[in-house]
Amino acid sequence: MAENNNGRDFPAPQFDQFVSKATSRRLFIKGVIASGAAVSASGYLFTLAGCSPSQKSAGGVERLLTLNVNGQMRPVDVLPNETLAMTLRYKLGLTGTKLGCDRGECGACTVTIDGVASYSCSTLTHAVRGRKIMTIEGLEGPNGELHKVQQAMIDELGPQCGFCTPGQIMSAVALLDANPTPTRDEVRHALSGNLCRCGAYDHYLNAVMRAAGNGDRVSQA
Amino acid sequence: MSRDMMSAFELFQPDSVQGAVDLLSKYGKDGWALAGGNDSFDWFKDRIKRPRYVVDLSGIAALKGIRETQDGGVEIGALTTLTEVERDPVIKGKYKLLADAASRVASPQIRNSGTIGGNVSQDARCWYYRYGVNCYRAGGNTCFADTPQGQNREHCLFGASRCVAVSPSDTAPALVALDATMVVVGPKGQKEIKADDFFIGPNIDIQRMTVLEKGEVLTAIRLPAEWAGARFYFEKVADRNTWDFPLVNVAAAIKVSGAAGSEKIDAIRIAAGAVQCVPRRLTVVEEVVKGQPKTEDTAKLAGQSAVRGATPLNFNHFKIPLLQNLVMRAIRDA
Repeated sequence: MAENNNGRDFPAPQFDQFVSKATSRRLFIKGVIASGAAVSASGYLFTLAGCSPSQKSAGGVERLLTLNVNGQMRPVDVLPNETLAMTLRYKLGLTGTKLGCDRGECGACTVTIDGVASYSCSTLTHAVRGRKIMTIEGLEGPNGELHKVQQAMIDELGPQCGFCTPGQIMSAVALLDANPTPTRDEVRHALSGNLCRCGAYDHYLNAVMRAAGNGDRVSQA
Repeated sequence: MSRDMMSAFELFQPDSVQGAVDLLSKYGKDGWALAGGNDSFDWFKDRIKRPRYVVDLSGIAALKGIRETQDGGVEIGALTTLTEVERDPVIKGKYKLLADAASRVASPQIRNSGTIGGNVSQDARCWYYRYGVNCYRAGGNTCFADTPQGQNREHCLFGASRCVAVSPSDTAPALVALDATMVVVGPKGQKEIKADDFFIGPNIDIQRMTVLEKGEVLTAIRLPAEWAGARFYFEKVADRNTWDFPLVNVAAAIKVSGAAGSEKIDAIRIAAGAVQCVPRRLTVVEEVVKGQPKTEDTAKLAGQSAVRGATPLNFNHFKIPLLQNLVMRAIRDA
């Protein structure tokens, strides 16, 4: 940062001195998640010790389960009334999945389940045991390279504020997995379950068309 | 109204229909049958309905899939998703009406998780009721929508009985038009109910939209061979193309004879959604057009007869010409 002062001869402000002392919002949230997981894990042990017999009635679900998230098996303690969005964000620290409306009306929480785009806010975590969950974090390549849809989003200046972008990308990834060469209308249809309040829809469409290798057709709206 | 964490409940994931029926019978009004969850979670998150025992049907393999039956019809498991219904080659080939209707429900992600059984069993979408007020449907003694100030643009034209909510489903009118049969399993065994009789209005029971009682599970929907490959017409009008519930939708199955240009309507079933608490079978239209030439004049007459007896509320007069035009198009363009 200090070297990159665009050729001007005054020193660049030393932002890192503030950052290093104050915890960033993201780190703070992740810290809360880690301690919360520890507390709820101890709750699970108490449950096993018989402190909460109602949890053990016949046919009910076990709270400790292992989820297949982004190709990793993640053990996690899940409440019966917990949505997948909550588990991903607050138990597994995968905060790339956003919660907008929490009502299945905006699409910010879109992940893929067995390759199919789904609202994680409207899915019970217990209902996805044994299924393959993919979040925006899982698109990263082995050497940290971006997924082609992510790269195309940057190249086409897809997002404006960016809050809906992870959901838009997951919908696009699900589409391209099933249909690698979609038409612009098919992309529009596939992304129709994702709201963008900035109204950057056309940029998103451009990006998905570019990712599909149809970049030269992008400008024909 | 944003109270995001659902109230605590105990979750059961039976792997058989009998297991689900046993649990739901055992817990009665404290129990809740969960399919795709798109309707249920709204209730739970708003903490307006707080069941103590939730029975998740999504693990029951017997409730999924689309099978051709011996009589040439099709049986659709109630937990089959709307996306599967929309894309199934048999449904697309023989009953395109239902595939079209399923394709117009909500958004792609909701169709990926939402089930056909849940779509026809979902609760009323009247926003006063959804807000949790103590209206007739919620067991109270007031209707908040049918008042001088009540916002009732989405509400009914027909069949009001204290409650003025409408059937919100896109697939329900298609199933009525296709003369579907609903298979219901309860503690007393299995019964089969015609789609015409499956949906009930407030005059029969104001707190339910269907004949399903606590402890009963809709397991399958059967489409008879009779209407396979007929001429179909489905159209939905809503404020937005995605997510939105219909302002009016219409589904028609028509059999014609004669050469193109001078076709005659031999048989017809037609139903409209979002104009009554049940998908409204337009029997008057059927009587009017049966045996008539399939012409612009017949279609106009059909449209006029569809709205006979409509009783609009303060803000939904627009539904009358809307229904009239959709029915006219259905007869003309099917």
